[in-house]
Amino acid sequence: MANVQGLCSSFKSEVLMAVHALGQGTGVPAHTVSTADVIKAALFLVTGSRGVADTVYNTTGELAGTGNYTQGGINVTMANAPSTTTTIGWFNPSASLVWNNLTSSGAFDCVVLYNSSQGNKEISVHTFSSQSITAGTLTLTMPASDSSNALIRIA
Amino acid sequence: MMVNTTQGEMDESLLEKKTGVIDNDIEHTEWIEYYLSGELVHRSAHITLKEPAVALSALGGF
Repeated sequence: MANVQGLCSSFKSEVLMAVHALGQGTGVPAHTVSTADVIKAALFLVTGSRGVADTVYNTTGELAGTGNYTQGGINVTMANAPSTTTTIGWFNPSASLVWNNLTSSGAFDCVVLYNSSQGNKEISVHTFSSQSITAGTLTLTMPASDSSNALIRIA
Repeated sequence: MMVNTTQGEMDESLLEKKTGVIDNDIEHTEWIEYYLSGELVHRSAHITLKEPAVALSALGGF
C-alpha cells in the first residue's frame, strides 16, 4: 500500500502531553527538558504503507540495511527550537538529511520522523516522488523555516 | 571529475550522463544518473521538500 503524508495522529495528542521536545526548553514548566530529544529520519519503500495512523517507528517497509543504509535512519539536526507566530507553531530541521554512498534496496518515496528519545514514537510521514539511489547520494533538503513552509506546522 | 559508481571511482568522461528535474507542489527534485555501456552505475537525487505536514486545530463549543 502507498505511503501517505501527514502528522501522525498520536503525535498531535502527545504534543499536548509534552511528550516530545523538538527543541531546548527555556523558562517553561518544570517537566520541560533542558535538551531536545533525539529525532531520527528513516526511509521507507513505496510499498511501506506508512501513514498518519502510525504510532511507533518500526522497520516494516523500511529500506533494508544494505548498501550503506542503516535501519533506524539518521539523526535529524535540530539547531533551532520550534517557533510560533500568532496562530501557527512550526518546527523545521536545521540541516539537510544526507545519505552518502547509498545503494537503496528498492524504490522509496517516504521519510518518517520519529522520536528515539521517547520510545520511537512517530512524529510525521513525508512523501515525495519514487526514487532509487545507486552508489550515490540522497539529499533531502528542508523547506524554508517559517510559518508558511516549515516541515511540521500546527495551525 | 571522478564519479563514485558500482564499479568504483570512474572518470566522468567515460560515462553517459543523464539528468532530470521534478518540480511540483510537494518537492523540487534533481537527479543524476551515470551509465557505463548502458548499465546504470550511479544515481543520486537531491530532493527539496516543499509541502509541510500540517495539523489544523479547531476548538469545540460548549
